[in-house]
This record gives sequence, structure tokens and C-alpha cells, in this order.
Amino acid sequence: MKMPPFEYACPTSLSEAVKLLASHDGEAKALAGGQSLLPMMAFRVAQPTLLVDLRKLSGLGEIKISADGVRLGALVRWRDIEDDDRLDAAHPLLKAAIAHVAHYQIRNRGTVGGSIAHADPAAEMPGIAVACDAEIAVMGKAGARIIKAADFFLGALTTALQPDEIITEVRLPAWPASRRSGFQEFARRRGDFAMAGAALFYDLDKSGKASNAHVGVIGVGDRPRRLKPVEAVLNGSAIDEATIAKAAAAASAAVEPQEDIHASAAYRRSLTGTMVERALKSAAG
Amino acid sequence: MKNTFIGASIERREDLRFLRGRGIYVDDLTVPGLLYAVILRSSVAHGRLKSVDTSAALKIPGVHAVITAKDMNFTDYPAGVPIVPMRLQPLPEFKPFEQPVIAYDKVRYVGEPIAVVLASSVAVGEDALEHIAVEIEDLPPVATWRAAQKNESILFEPTGTNRSLMFEARKGDADTAFRDAPYTRRENLRTGRHYGLTMEPRGVMAEWDAAKNKLTVSGAAKVPFFNRRILAKQIGLAESDIEMIENDVGGGYGARGEFYPEDFLIPFAAKHINRPVKWIEDRRENLMAMNHARETEADLEIACNRDGTIIGVRGDVHTDMGAYMRTNGAVGARNAPQFMTGPYRVPHHKVDSHLWMTNKTPVGTYRGPGRFEGCFYMERLLDMVAADLGIDRVEMRRRNLISKAEHPYKLATAQPTNAHDQTDSGDYHATLDLCLKEFGWSEKSKLGGKLVGGKYHGVGVACFIEGGAAGPKESARLEINRDSTITVFMGTSSVGQGVETIYAQIAADALEVPIERIRHVYHGSTNTVSDGYGAYHSRSVVMGGSAVLVATEKFMATLRQAAGKRLGCAESSVTLDVDKVVAGGFSLPLGEFAGLTAESAFLNHKHTYSYGSHATHITVDAKLGHIEILDYLVVQDVGRAINPLTLRGQVIGSLVQGLGGAVLEDLKYDEQAQFLTGTLADYLLPLASDFPNLRCIVTDDHPSPINPLGAKGAGEGGIVAAGGCMANAVANALQSFGVQPRALPLSPTYIWELVQAGQQKAAE
Repeated sequence: MKMPPFEYACPTSLSEAVKLLASHDGEAKALAGGQSLLPMMAFRVAQPTLLVDLRKLSGLGEIKISADGVRLGALVRWRDIEDDDRLDAAHPLLKAAIAHVAHYQIRNRGTVGGSIAHADPAAEMPGIAVACDAEIAVMGKAGARIIKAADFFLGALTTALQPDEIITEVRLPAWPASRRSGFQEFARRRGDFAMAGAALFYDLDKSGKASNAHVGVIGVGDRPRRLKPVEAVLNGSAIDEATIAKAAAAASAAVEPQEDIHASAAYRRSLTGTMVERALKSAAG
Repeated sequence: MKNTFIGASIERREDLRFLRGRGIYVDDLTVPGLLYAVILRSSVAHGRLKSVDTSAALKIPGVHAVITAKDMNFTDYPAGVPIVPMRLQPLPEFKPFEQPVIAYDKVRYVGEPIAVVLASSVAVGEDALEHIAVEIEDLPPVATWRAAQKNESILFEPTGTNRSLMFEARKGDADTAFRDAPYTRRENLRTGRHYGLTMEPRGVMAEWDAAKNKLTVSGAAKVPFFNRRILAKQIGLAESDIEMIENDVGGGYGARGEFYPEDFLIPFAAKHINRPVKWIEDRRENLMAMNHARETEADLEIACNRDGTIIGVRGDVHTDMGAYMRTNGAVGARNAPQFMTGPYRVPHHKVDSHLWMTNKTPVGTYRGPGRFEGCFYMERLLDMVAADLGIDRVEMRRRNLISKAEHPYKLATAQPTNAHDQTDSGDYHATLDLCLKEFGWSEKSKLGGKLVGGKYHGVGVACFIEGGAAGPKESARLEINRDSTITVFMGTSSVGQGVETIYAQIAADALEVPIERIRHVYHGSTNTVSDGYGAYHSRSVVMGGSAVLVATEKFMATLRQAAGKRLGCAESSVTLDVDKVVAGGFSLPLGEFAGLTAESAFLNHKHTYSYGSHATHITVDAKLGHIEILDYLVVQDVGRAINPLTLRGQVIGSLVQGLGGAVLEDLKYDEQAQFLTGTLADYLLPLASDFPNLRCIVTDDHPSPINPLGAKGAGEGGIVAAGGCMANAVANALQSFGVQPRALPLSPTYIWELVQAGQQKAAE
């Protein structure tokens, strides 16, 4: 389990990094926290010819909070999110989700941009990005562009990112103080990739009915996705037991889960409903 | 000076070495000119090996050689390729199923060695693997024992069958007893495929000195003397030409230290290229190349009287053996049927055990081989029977436990090896009672089946015996050093159990000297004692410890003779006083007798049986199928506890492994016999946070009568009953759904399916 040979570069500017990524016929890879890429290289599942280490790029490690929302630099590590008290109010859903990312040591190294670029279907950050309609800012040879999270994840470990593009920022829309949210996931061991998880929020109108419901799921199917039928159940309804039960059933019906060595498809379908149910209960509670 | 080191919780003398990072494992070794071996393993489960083209790999800078079966021409073997013989139960019936050290005509599992690259670094060697062209003609893979049973695709064609053997466990007259029985129940029970995952994977470093005709093999573990005999025969050297060196070893569990193909390939490579060669197994290899274990399916029937007393058991156990009969591969398949009755009185016993060859990694022993499986069958049966007959689960066990007066109690005999066995001593009821009392059974069991805070509470109980102390003998040698200290040399091995401390305790007590006088304890390597049997079957304390005892007797006799002569005193007046030899008012420093040595062996053919009970309190989230352990207690009587501190480590450690097997661990293959669990993200070991609430109580109220220490093997009691106890607790928790787990592991999907089935049945 030794890595295949590769070249290594550690540029100090974004433009240089983009140039390097463009230089190797699509065989160059950006290295951020390395928590997914390096094991894949050790298994020789990934064999990039050039690693472009992003660690010396300035300005990508910040968490910016404004009236527009939360901007997470691509090199923000999970630890930074966990330790940032401002996020308790600015984005409680993000904070709740990131607590579930892998293990302590991995959270010290793993990055927001790395997770988004890796696009594991069960990963929390892509799930939050999709559930919250995040925008993903990238920089490439052709310049900067913004990709909507809904358009970014194309399949398991597959994204809309071009080989020469680097994620620079993930932009989460503003979070009203009264918004309700919940995050639930279940893995066989704490820290493992979830067999299914739900990230959701909604706002309450004056009559106590939900609006603007966003329900995202991870670990079921080949990418994180929003479940519109579940959102339809929630919007315009009071979040009571009957609504929650309806929403859970709608969630189970809306997914096309896969089977793997850890869980059957039928189990995942049921678990998705349970996760949505419990996330709604914690949101309402 | 009268010592009481035995029985004292002395911290391991090994600990400081390990905690300071000063342990020396085989991968810490290096020598000038070292080459690194990397092994090309079959990616095909079953096929005919047509050709292996190494020419492109040989062109890679840094690649020194690529070894294949073609490089071997050992005339003792029909194909020129050495075969790894069985160490235990080496029956002629198994011969055709033994593993060649490298594939030459067929490949039979994913992971089987095909070629060995010798390179300047492991990375270069792995680069070269991609340039070896292997042509394999696919054959239909046999992925399960049920597929093997059809004999449509046969792994070893000349044998005409995929069943290498059937063991028969017999006692009494089961068929007659069943005919007359007032109550019977028949169940199908399954255990998952596990392995004894060692934290340190395997490793071998071999150095060949052509001038001295000397082969030195580092990385030996568990059974170095036996492995030296195998290697000497295979490679055509005398045993004395080979030195097996045991380094620090990061875990054994039955799997590490057996003779594997690599234990030939690396020494052969060193000799072949005349340079030192090292191979360190990586984790993926470790998962697919080290012995697997445990995967069984049992079809069993139990007969009882209406009062719950057991009349008999009968049925069949099917074991998925994997592709070859390895050194100790038959042990689990023999133990499961023979010892499934555990601590219970079972007059009639007739269980056949079928050993099915499949295209998977071969199996071997893993801590509590066959006993974990057998205990799971028995404990599940007992709970189901108790429910049927309206008998309390604890009372059901009390009525059937072998009583104190019944020892030695004869267990079933396994044929064709004519393996007789019997218990030695103990009060099985007393440990059950102590366990229930300390656990708080009467209170906790009231919660059984109750839904509290969204989770169902359940309690489980299970009883076990643990066999130990395999013979036939073990050796120890003591020697005096110039500095008036004493060194102990052992024929057993350390795989991390803490035997250096244990042996020092025993020697210091017997010699009546401070424990610091036993300055060093050396073990395992073939240059320490004349013979040794090693570390397996929980034998190190009983066999090795007893060997220390008898060696100290001989040592003192030898010393008395020498000192008596030197001091002109009667031999009987000679005593040891810390670092002096004293007699008749004279004294000499012990160092004056430097070089004085005595070796002796302890012989024994009987087994010890430590025993005890497990009790657990769990919750089950029925919607997730998730189990949480609130409390788990093991009470085990070990005859005589040499070191309660290290003993507790053994019990808790083996319990955690048992819980891994009960809840998490499963080595999986697809229908093409492709291996699906090649990483630790797939094969789920318990994490430090998974099972925090474990307790154990060790007692030593009933010494074993079969050895001078009175000790019993105790390294496996924590694992044996874990599967049965957990499954029983799940059944108790989910009784409102009528759930009866019949398989391990108790995965979320499995538990959820059981709940679904229960709900469906209730709805119908």
C-alpha cells in the first residue's frame, strides 16, 4: 500500500496552482487535507501524476460571516468549524453536521473544499451544500465561476469540476435566527460514513406553519440530494406528529438507495425515513 | 524469604519498553543490502494459472528479481513446489487440500501468492506488480459452503469432492434418546466470518549466510520450533542450520505465527538471491492472506425433558474452510461440534461437522476457535427451549450446568482423531451466581423487553468453558549470570500476553528471590531452549509456567550440588539469599556460579477448563437496529490467577473481540468469491468508544488438579460466550416482536429485518 510515483508542487498563488493543474493532461490533482485522496493513492485507486498542494495559498482558510450568509474558504478544516462559536447562530445546521465527520484526527486535517471535490455520497459537507442551496466558487484556467450545489454533484466521486479548477469557497445563504433545523445520521460505528443521514431546515410563518422547507439526504443513492416530495409535505403544515410521520414515509418513498456490505437497500430506505423523522423532531423540539 | 509474587497484580515489565516506543518489531529490523519483498496475489478466486510473464517487471529500475513457481524445483514435492503441512490434526485425508507455497497450476482464492518481487523498496516492488502479466483461465468460483456441497465446481479435482473431511462428535446414543424425548427443537444457526486481526501485521526477514550455511529468520511468533521443522524440510536444510528469531509481536490471536506461504517464500527468496530479504504484510494483505475463521452454519436439534434438563443434541455443522487446509485449519471445525455443549451436562451427543472447501481465504484458529461458534448455538438453543417450556432462563442453566461433584466430566469424543476430553474442576454454579449477583440480574432483568426512551431494554446471560494447556510438553531453562542475576529461557512465545512478567513472578516465588533477580526472560527464539511448543490454546501460563516450576527445582538441585562442593557443606543446607548462595555460615555471590544452568520440561496431555458466565444489559433501537451495551460483566474462574492485572486485560480484551464478532465484524465475499472487505472501513473492528461499559471479575477458587500451579488457561473466556450472550439479550429486548436472532453478526440490517418480520407476522 505504497503510493505510485507522482510529482509534487506547492504553489504560493492561486493562478500558479491553476496553471499546474492544467499542465498534466488532466492527471494532476489538488491536495488539500489529503484525508481521502492519499488513502486512495495508497490503494492505487487514484494515480495522479502531479499533486498540487494547496496549503500555501493564502485567503482560502477563512470563515466569513456576513448578512449574506456564511462563506467557507476551501481550506477551512472541520476543526475550524467546530471551534467557531459564531457558527452556533450563523449556521447551526452546518455545525451539527460537521460534528459527525469522521474522527478527531481526521477533523483536524480534512477540509471543506476537499470533501466537496471528493464528493462521497455519504459525506456531510456535500449534503449540507445541497440541502442549503450552497454556491460553490471555483477558479480555473478560464477564470472564476460559481456552480450551484444542485448542479455540482454528478454521481459518486464525480463532480462538475474541471481538471484545472480549484474550489475556492463554499457559500451558504444567510440563516434567519428563527429558522428550525435538524441533522441526523446513523453509521455502524461513530465516525464511519453514514448508511443514511438527513439535513433539513424550515422556517415558520406567523401561523406556525412551515415554509421554505429544505430536506437533504446523504448516504442513499449516488449523491446527496434534496427530497422535494418531503419538502412539499412540510411546506404549509404545522410540524406535528402527523406531519412528521407523513414526511418520514415520503422520504422513504422518495429515495432509491443502494445495497452494500454495510446495509441492504430496504434498510437504507427505512433508515432514511427514520433520519428525516428524527431530524424533524429535533428541529421542532 | 517467602514470596507472594504469584497472585499479585504486578505491572507488566514489558510495558515500559512498549510505552516508550522501544519495542523491536520485525519491521524495525534492517541489515545492509536488504531487499524488500512484495507479493503478487491472485485477483481471481478460482482459475487455471496459464502463465506468469515477469519480463516487463524485471526491467523496472530497482527490481532485482521476480520469483514464481518456476524457480522452485524441490524434488520432495511432485510439482517441485513445497506444500505447507498441517500442524494440528495432520490427517492423511487432508493431504490433497494442503496449500502450495505459491500457486503453480491453479489459483483458489483472491489473495493467493503468484509471484514475489524483490526490490530496492516496497514502493518500487508495488510499481512492478502492475507490470507482471498473469494469464488465468477462469473456473466457476465456489463462494459458499452450499455451493461447495453441490460439487459442481471442484477446487481439487483429483479428490472428486469439496468436502475435505467430516468430524463426528459423539457421546451416548443420541438417536435413541431423541426417539424417546418428550420435547425437541430444531434450529438453523449461523456465525459470520471473522479473523484474529493483529495490530501488527505479519512480517518476515530472512538472512542467508552461504559461508556458514546458516539461515536466520526474524519475525517468528507463536510456534517457532515447529515452523523451523517445516521450513527445514521444505527448503532442504537441517533444523540446526536455521535460527528462528522472535521479536516483539503485536498480537497473535491464533493467526499470527502459524506457517504461511510467506514463511517459506521469504527465506527461499533470501537464499535464492543471496541477499537479506524482508516482507511486511500490509493491512489489505493481512485481511485477505492471514487465516480467516468462524464462518459456520449449523442445523441442530436439542432434546429436553419437560423440566428443562437436556437429554441430547444432534445435527450438522458446516464450516466454510476457504481454499486450503492450513496448519491449524481443522481445529475450529472440530471444536464447534465437540465443545458446543460447553459447561452443560449433555448425556447424548451426535453432531457431524462438515469441512467445505470454498474459493475464499483459508481458515485457521482464532481465539476460542469453534467455541465461540458452539457457545452461540448452545446459548441460543437454551433460551429458546426455556421460553418453550416456561422455565426461567437462569433456572434453565442452573438445571443443566455440570455440578462440582461431576468433575472430571466427559465431553463428546471427536472422530476420526479420537479426541477425548473432559473437564478438570470447578463450581460452575458458583460463578453463575456470582455473576448474576454482581451484575444485578434480579433488578436489571425486570427491564427486559421494556421500551424506555425509544429503546428496548434487554438482558442476556451465557455460560462457557474455555479449554487450555495443550500438551505435550513445554521447556524452560534457568541460567546464572556474572552479575548474580538469573535469566529464564522459555520454549513458549510472547504474542503480547505479558508472559515475561508472569514467568518472572513464578520463578521468583519458586526460587524465593526478589523478582528483580530474574533480570531477563527470553522466549520463543530457537536459540533459547532445546525445544519449545509455543503460544496457543491458552497454554503459556499453565504449560510454560509449570515448566518454569520444574526447571527451578532442577536448577536448585544443580546449584546445591555445585555450592555444596564449593563450600564443603551438605547440599541440603544450601539456600539462596537474594544474590548470594548461603550454606553453613558461608556465603558466595551467586555470580560465582555464572553459567550454571538447568533445563527441564513439563509434560501434560490433559486440558484445563477455566469457566464462567457472561451477563449483559443492552438497549436496542428497533428502528435503527442499533445495539448499545449499558453493562457487561464476565466472571471467570481461572484455577489460580498468577497476575490478576494482566488476567483482567486478557478477559476484557477477548471480550471486546467477542463483541466485535457479535455485532460488527464480517469478512464478506460476493457471489464470484471476490473479497469485499479489504480495508478497515469495510471490516469493522470495535473502536475504543464502541463498548465502554465492560467489567470482569476473576476468581481462583478451584485450582486445576492437573498442573503444579493449579492454573488454567484463561485467554479466551471473554470471547467464547460473547456472541451467545449478546444474541440472547437482543431476543430478550425485542421479545414483543418475537425476535430470535439466529445469526451473527447482529448488524443493524439484520436486527431491523427481524423486527420487520416480527411486525409482519403480528399483522397477519
